[in-house]
Amino acid sequence: MTDLAFPGLINYWIVFLLMMIGLYIVIAHENLIKKIVGLNVFQVSVFVFYISMAKVKGGTAPILDGTIEVFSNPLPHVLILTAIVVGVATTALGLALVVRIQESYNTIEDNEIRDIEERED
Amino acid sequence: MNIEIITSDVLNVVTLLFMAVTGIAIARIRNLFAVVMLSGIYSLMGATLYVILDAVDVAFTEAAVGAGASTVLMIGTLALTSARENATGSSQAIKAAIVCTFVGIALVYASLDMPYFGDPSAPIHHHVAPRYLNDSMAEIGLPNVVTSVLASYRGYDTMGEAFVIFTAAAGVITLIGRGRREKSPSERKTDSQNIMKRKIVLRVVSKLLIPFILLFGLYVQWHGDFGPGGGFQAGVIFGAAFILYGLIYGLGTLRAALPSWVTRVILALGVLLYAGTGVVSMIKDARFLDYNVLASTPTGGQHVGILLVEFGVGMTVFAAIVTIFCAFAGRAAADVNTVSDQGGAGND
Amino acid sequence: MEMILDIVSWVLITGGVIFCLIGGYGLISLKDFYARLHAASLIDTFGVGLIFIGLMFQAGFTLVTAKLILILAFIFFTSPTATHALARAAINHDVLPEVDTEEERELVRKTKTTTQGTP
Repeated sequence: MTDLAFPGLINYWIVFLLMMIGLYIVIAHENLIKKIVGLNVFQVSVFVFYISMAKVKGGTAPILDGTIEVFSNPLPHVLILTAIVVGVATTALGLALVVRIQESYNTIEDNEIRDIEERED
Repeated sequence: MNIEIITSDVLNVVTLLFMAVTGIAIARIRNLFAVVMLSGIYSLMGATLYVILDAVDVAFTEAAVGAGASTVLMIGTLALTSARENATGSSQAIKAAIVCTFVGIALVYASLDMPYFGDPSAPIHHHVAPRYLNDSMAEIGLPNVVTSVLASYRGYDTMGEAFVIFTAAAGVITLIGRGRREKSPSERKTDSQNIMKRKIVLRVVSKLLIPFILLFGLYVQWHGDFGPGGGFQAGVIFGAAFILYGLIYGLGTLRAALPSWVTRVILALGVLLYAGTGVVSMIKDARFLDYNVLASTPTGGQHVGILLVEFGVGMTVFAAIVTIFCAFAGRAAADVNTVSDQGGAGND
Repeated sequence: MEMILDIVSWVLITGGVIFCLIGGYGLISLKDFYARLHAASLIDTFGVGLIFIGLMFQAGFTLVTAKLILILAFIFFTSPTATHALARAAINHDVLPEVDTEEERELVRKTKTTTQGTP
């Protein structure tokens, strides 16, 4: 079908750009809170990728009406619902760990923590 | 070509580009408060994108959980730690950029085999999804297919998820649950007088809105069978009302209204209700979490089972959100006391 | 009749979008923090309000209109409160507005002391 040519694969590529931005934030930045925010950016982009695969052109939300024929695929929606909630659970635990690290080392920059650890050895 | 489909495609690409710009801003800004706000905006744009992609339940959950609860938790953490980030070394930044570019190119190369966006003949739509869409009305009888798949067809996964939330709340309690010095009654009285006198606009508006927020949370919980909604969203909205109360009237007043043993009991009771529904099915000679035997007709049993498990999930999510918020806020009170006591009580 | 409803809702939604754009431009280009707050409140009232009323014309006399009215009422309650909380937090953390005359400076100093200490 020719009307599949736009957007075709373009929006998947933009989602990959988002994923790489998230990955860059996690790898390159030293601040622990920034890393957790980068992890969130990565997570949301993965969810967007998944839900983009579930969309059917001309379909609508998967709520049965009796009159509508074409629906978007409900299975990825269910999986991503679980993933979002698990993501916030992970973020909450990560932030609690950051609070404890701040109280122990008095810093949340990863390179400073490594220096303190090396000096203690 | 259909004008609606073209518009939704253009909106899709434009929203993705907005998200990319926000992501780059998150990477470059060093003031952490601005970064947290931008990540809330990023989640909210993700929720808009889900609505454009027909995923209304997911959009609801992302807006409530990602843009709401996550932002509150991150601001709570920022209050306990520093608010600025040190600069990144340029060698490390370049190395990370090279790695990300290579991974990105590999992903683009891998995606060249994928079916086009929105293709109805993609393999993903011809495996088990047609069975859910066609047979859900006959087997379960609920309009919202996402709820019926979440709570009945894939109910085992959702039980695992409820346990994950429970574990996260238990983990946060273990890590930062203690550390709050109990205030003396005279201190508490001056506290409440100060709060009552000064924040009059916030007090009045929150008193007006909190009942409606709670009512909306209950509506979302029970209406999840017929429209977007369900246990997770309802739990977060219900918890948000209590967090608002705690932010404006103080943690002590929130604890007086909702003692910590109550939230802990509700936390456990939610997962107990979920697993208990499965055990009741087993007692009635069916498999674990088979709801057909819970009432006189199979579809009636499915309705009862889905109501019970969604309520269990809602209770657990509500208790988890309130517990985590109170743990962070209570740690802040301990921090302040420690500073003023010159390193005395409150630190363990 | 359909045509008139469509035209009216088009006009209202376009008006709302224009107000959002004006507010956004003000957010970026204004210098003073409190002036930027004014620009943001333009979006919250006129922008959102006109778009919602345009949507209500599209929805007709159904349950959707009732829900839209409730959402609009909620936004009208919460966005001025948020602006108030922002302005109060700013005054308490020494973000002072730029004023010209001496009596206005006195007023600013008095506002700061009466709201002092509010978290």
